Amino acid sequence: MTIEAPDAFSKGRTPTFEESARESLANAQLRRNIGKATQAIRTRRAQAVEELPDWEELRQAGYDLKTRVMRHLDEYLLQLEESVHKAGGHVHWVRDATEANRIIADIAKNHEAKEVVKVKSIATDEIKLNEFLEEEGIKAVETDLAEFIIQLAGEISSHILVPAIHKNRAEIRELFIKKLGAEDLSDEPSDLTNAARLYLREKFLQAKVGISGANFAVAETGTVCVVESEGNGRMCTTLPPVLVMLMGIEKIIPTWQDFEVFMQLLPRSSTAERMNPYTSFWTGVSEGDGPKEFHLVLMDNGRTEILADDIGRQTLNCIRCSACLNVCPVYERTGGHAYNSVYPGPIGAILTPQLVGIGRPGTDSLPYASSLCGACYDVCPVKINIPEVLIHLRGRVVRHRQDGGGLKGKLDPENVAMRTMARTFSDRRLYEAAQKAARISQWPLARSGAIHRLPGKLAGWTEARDLKPIPEQTFREWWKSRNGS
Amino acid sequence: MQFSFNTSAQPTLKKPPGAGPPLQVWSQYISYHCAVRTALFITCINDTLFPETGRATVELLERLGIGVDFPLEQTCCGQMHFNTGYQREAIPLVRRFVEVFKEYEAIVSPSGSCAGMVREVYPMAAELANDKRLAAEVEEVTPKVFELAEFLVKKLGVTDVGAYYPHWVTYHPTCHSLRMLEVGDAPLKLLRAVRGIDFVELPEAEQCCGFGGTFAVKNADTSIAMLSDKLGHILETEAEVCTAGDNSCLMHIGGGLRRQRVGVRTVHLAQILASTEERRKL
Repeated sequence: MTIEAPDAFSKGRTPTFEESARESLANAQLRRNIGKATQAIRTRRAQAVEELPDWEELRQAGYDLKTRVMRHLDEYLLQLEESVHKAGGHVHWVRDATEANRIIADIAKNHEAKEVVKVKSIATDEIKLNEFLEEEGIKAVETDLAEFIIQLAGEISSHILVPAIHKNRAEIRELFIKKLGAEDLSDEPSDLTNAARLYLREKFLQAKVGISGANFAVAETGTVCVVESEGNGRMCTTLPPVLVMLMGIEKIIPTWQDFEVFMQLLPRSSTAERMNPYTSFWTGVSEGDGPKEFHLVLMDNGRTEILADDIGRQTLNCIRCSACLNVCPVYERTGGHAYNSVYPGPIGAILTPQLVGIGRPGTDSLPYASSLCGACYDVCPVKINIPEVLIHLRGRVVRHRQDGGGLKGKLDPENVAMRTMARTFSDRRLYEAAQKAARISQWPLARSGAIHRLPGKLAGWTEARDLKPIPEQTFREWWKSRNGS
Repeated sequence: MQFSFNTSAQPTLKKPPGAGPPLQVWSQYISYHCAVRTALFITCINDTLFPETGRATVELLERLGIGVDFPLEQTCCGQMHFNTGYQREAIPLVRRFVEVFKEYEAIVSPSGSCAGMVREVYPMAAELANDKRLAAEVEEVTPKVFELAEFLVKKLGVTDVGAYYPHWVTYHPTCHSLRMLEVGDAPLKLLRAVRGIDFVELPEAEQCCGFGGTFAVKNADTSIAMLSDKLGHILETEAEVCTAGDNSCLMHIGGGLRRQRVGVRTVHLAQILASTEERRKL
């Protein structure tokens, strides 16, 4: 079960968003599946949020808390480590994916585990843990229904919360028949769920090691929290004798009391629920209950680089609710795979390029995968100003190309055109001359009252849109003639 | 820069046809007109491609008793450069804008996104320029920048501008007007007060049309996919005119409508509001 599609966190070049979007946009079934699903979720989210009169105050509180965490992350991380130790758990610090994979694989090997059960975790997808474990002879079984579907299909997730959002039930039925050998299976959701449940129950009972991500970790108490809907997370964290939790260092919240804010923000934003069905808290190990061994893996993997960027830093506030995906007009049409990352949608467009670093053509295209409509900022429960970060990252991409791209970067047609235009706009006489020149030079294109075809890179405009030609008189010419100046 | 008052179109306070705004609103215009120096920030797109919108804005404001000045040194606010990542290149344009407009007490623009650029993004540009003086000047000029509908409804407190426009019209709230400037229902209030108009609500109005500046070219496929859905909703309304407060979005929507030969036009809000029984605008 290998994943065919490379993504931003794999080695090698990934396609640009434009290249991948073209493919996704042509997939009618995907367009319909995702269009329907996102429309439904976003309507429900709006209703769930409307119930709370203090929603805006809650958002502000979420933002303030996360901002404080980022400002004092060094102290909170040490406090968390101490709290986990006190509760009888182990803490591992890892700089990157390689170190994280190595440590988790070693823990599994120490317990002679040939198979591990997993709770849905994007952090483990980010480091390609499943593939690494497979190479080490350990099979990782995804237990979240949608992750399970994706794993069976050998695909990557297309949504933070609903990884199989691009699939409809008929497709899932066919997949289960093919891969699980399920017979007499209808495409009723309850039947499909049951088929997965039968298969997974056995896995839960046999597994020696459970692997999970973390939604939050409380610095004060060392408690790690998993928020989920299916109960698979509860089983993964309680049944196997060894529990390994991998979390990005930004997932910290200072105190237990802060759950008051986040547990109101997260379920309403992600699944439009007042409260999610299962919320599990683990504080180290306890006698006679749950795992006998608890490991918390604290991962950097590019996060401290983000922390060092004044504008980019707010990206780390993200609590992975996926509300921004569901309202994004780009995501709604292209789906998640066009982003070539385990983090798709607007948050992915700012998180992925920062995690892997500016200067890779595939991920450098992501900040441009937005019309800057701002719908994501409006719904973000921790007030990440995604459009602001998108614009900031576009600036970093261009400056990187201009300053580090040598002669090629400087002679890039877009760069030359933009610089020429900026120069023109800086001088009124040049600007007025350019207006006149454009009016005269458009004649070969502007026949029959509209421009039907533009040359070069501008051709994208006229693929489906006519363009109005420049009229005889500019506004300033009218103004001057009217005022006789 | 001297306040240039144009003599050819002396602002007249003639009451528009039909039931006009009450007296106290008129007196507000007069006091505003006497007290405040107002500049028109036309934007490069309107100046070059949509002069009719600029002319309509001037006529509308003058009809309401607001004499506007048009500082000829203005060019482009730098939005395209800044938002595409050419931010160092945009900084001279930010300086230029501040220099040209700082004298004025109100700066009105018939473009939500260009007004939004100045008001919401200029502080970020000044920060990037690492120039404290520019930051201070930006801080001074930005609160004086208004999108046209916002200026009329929120600043002047007028919703009935005495317009007459006997057409079936639907309205697309552009993203930067809606979410960046938060103009709210100001444009709708203005449209509903227009005489002769048949106003139809646009379904899924708040969804982006897919323009997004250079996004429309860089990600043409996605942009067109978004546009197709917007056009579908516009056609659903059976309106003959789709209006908005931004000609850049309308250029994109109108270009799509024209290509499909569906017989629906796009007209900037300023032109509808400037239209009267005596002077019908397209």
